Amino acid sequence: MSVLTAIFALLFYTATVILVAGLAAKIRQYARTPAPLKIPTTPAPTTRGGVIARLFREVVFFESLFKGSKWSWLFGWLFHFGLLIVLVRHLRYFAEPIWFVAALVQDIGVYMGFVMLLGLLGLLARRSLVDRLRYISAPSDYLMLVLLIAIGGSGLLMKYVARTDIVAVKAFFLGLMRFDWQPLPADALLLLHLALVAALMIIFPFSKLLHVPGLFFSPTRNQADDSRERRHVAPWAAKLDATRTTGN
Amino acid sequence: MAKAKEEFTTPTLADIPVIPVIAPDAMAHSKPFVAKPEHQEPLGFPGELVDNWKQKALDKMGELLGKYRSLPVFLDACVKCGACTDKCHYYLGTADPKNMPVARQDLLRKVYRRHFTVAGKYFPKLVGAVELSEEVIEDWYKYYHQCSECRRCSVYCPYGIDTAEITMAGREILDHIGIGQKYSNEIIAKVYKIGNNLGLPEPALADTLEGLEEEVQEDIEVDVKFPLDQEGAEVLLVTPSADFFAEPHVDGLIGYGKVFHQAGLSWTLSSYASEAANFGIFIGNYENMQKVAMRIRQAALDLGVKRIVVGECGHAWRVAYSFWNTLIGPFDFLDPNYPVPQHVCEFTYDLIQKGALKFDKEANDDKVVTFHDSCNVSRASRMGDMPGGQFVIPRELLKASCNHYVDMSPDTIHENTFCCGGGGGLLTDDLLELRVKGAVPRMEALKKVIDEDGVTHMAAICAICKSQFTKVLPYYGMGMDMIVSVHQLVGDALVMGAEH
Repeated sequence: MSVLTAIFALLFYTATVILVAGLAAKIRQYARTPAPLKIPTTPAPTTRGGVIARLFREVVFFESLFKGSKWSWLFGWLFHFGLLIVLVRHLRYFAEPIWFVAALVQDIGVYMGFVMLLGLLGLLARRSLVDRLRYISAPSDYLMLVLLIAIGGSGLLMKYVARTDIVAVKAFFLGLMRFDWQPLPADALLLLHLALVAALMIIFPFSKLLHVPGLFFSPTRNQADDSRERRHVAPWAAKLDATRTTGN
Repeated sequence: MAKAKEEFTTPTLADIPVIPVIAPDAMAHSKPFVAKPEHQEPLGFPGELVDNWKQKALDKMGELLGKYRSLPVFLDACVKCGACTDKCHYYLGTADPKNMPVARQDLLRKVYRRHFTVAGKYFPKLVGAVELSEEVIEDWYKYYHQCSECRRCSVYCPYGIDTAEITMAGREILDHIGIGQKYSNEIIAKVYKIGNNLGLPEPALADTLEGLEEEVQEDIEVDVKFPLDQEGAEVLLVTPSADFFAEPHVDGLIGYGKVFHQAGLSWTLSSYASEAANFGIFIGNYENMQKVAMRIRQAALDLGVKRIVVGECGHAWRVAYSFWNTLIGPFDFLDPNYPVPQHVCEFTYDLIQKGALKFDKEANDDKVVTFHDSCNVSRASRMGDMPGGQFVIPRELLKASCNHYVDMSPDTIHENTFCCGGGGGLLTDDLLELRVKGAVPRMEALKKVIDEDGVTHMAAICAICKSQFTKVLPYYGMGMDMIVSVHQLVGDALVMGAEH
């Protein structure tokens, strides 16, 4: 087994641990921090069922963003939807036999790679062309887009220009999961693609990618508008109840 | 000594609203007067800048991050998509990029990243993280007092990030290191001392109400009462103290009195809780907000009322509707057949539904009326038992009392409404330029219906909106008396003495 295989095996183990542990720590923090006041934003549902429907629409259709900015919505949605299908397509590298959904999207998945790139390029153009967006962008905001574009681009290049031995790649990942390492093909594009993916996994819990768990914990979106019907008191605020006074 | 007045040019109103090109530091000179020790200390804040302010500020930030989930989530989740950048009336009116909601959040976020996140600790330049410094504090003070906490940005944010929460945290931190805002903190101290924002003591209030009774008697020859501290009354009315004497607020109060009179219901005001407003929300301080609100619970208990009705006031209705149950509930001592609290518009609407009120709409035939949705009512609370009731009910009251009603553009009403420009603790003359410029989007929408539909009056249900418009309308060549209370129009059209 080559040094290269060992490096990438360790890289992916490390990246997975950081991604899972980092996200778990963040989710734990969000879950444990109370929202002491009822602050849902209109149009707020009045029931829990309504909240679930609202979050579903936010996650699947980007409902609020659609109201806010049609271009951001268009490019953002194309990117995310493309990425989703591409990710599902990649499940074939992690299961044998291939799962039904992964098999289902094999053909369409390739085109979704282009859709994803189109969305990312649109977002990058908007970020660099609109004066307001330039003002609010840090280097990391551009780099995140560049990273995703590089991942998508290297993936598509492997599909259309310099193909790699995907049977060996699959053996490598199945081996990782079974702790039975198999050699990784030493193709430059593949190594670049994988290294960038690992980097993305490592960055995830420390970056704005926290918008993924964040949305579910956002009190303006996940609270029901029922403040008159149900008394809502956070643990730290409940302690104040006992001693509350009018001051005179 | 008061600072020399800043000169500024009133913006021209565009026929078709445009998003301005950023003009960095356009409002860097704008900041409100700083609170003196006597405004700070009654609220439990240090009188002046504390010695170890930097550590104190970071400690407070850490504490707030653990107490309010909105903070870590909102500070982490923003992807800088830009959807909010053209939504703030202060950005639209001033073009200062720090008035873009995301940039306003970034003033706090960059410090959060530097001191509370791994990325900002090790790669500050990469992620835009900045050490807490005097300069940052200065920016916080300026730009957290250029946000009216209206939540318009949060409607359009894909993660629901609410800049009001960030502004409140910013002000809370500033208060705790001794840099409070004079206007808000002085007012809260006044409530503790006297019972209302205006510092109107009980005898003056009693006098005012007596005067009102005489005025109404002379005007319509009906004995409408404005009772004060009446034990055993059915309803306690809490209303912003501006309703007691400011124009056009007081005409709204007369309207409530007429509705109560026609309902044949005993009601009372309280001299102890003679204020619905609660500036505790503006400074983002839970304890002060609770303390101010407690006066109302206490008054309701002392007077033995069965219901609490809240007058026309935007942020007060947010505190009442969304927070009272949390802060000063449960209300098991009140009549469970009525919502607690009940908005005066809900109260009147119920009576209309029951057929208990009769209107002569022709009384308002000299007016073409539109309605300004106040931000706290629209985006942070509700009325009635259906979503969106806060939009339907006040309009139904207007349509019941006026023959001529039109709405402004859809993107400027309901949850898309624009702040009047003076909310969130900014209704002070030391921020006049900001208030005039922040009113631009609303003025543009109003001008459109004036030009196209001949609108003569704009009704509102918020004391701050009413005061703000009275002040800024003339800057745009419109009459200050265009702004009216919803219950003024209701009261003017209400047929008094009819069978009920």
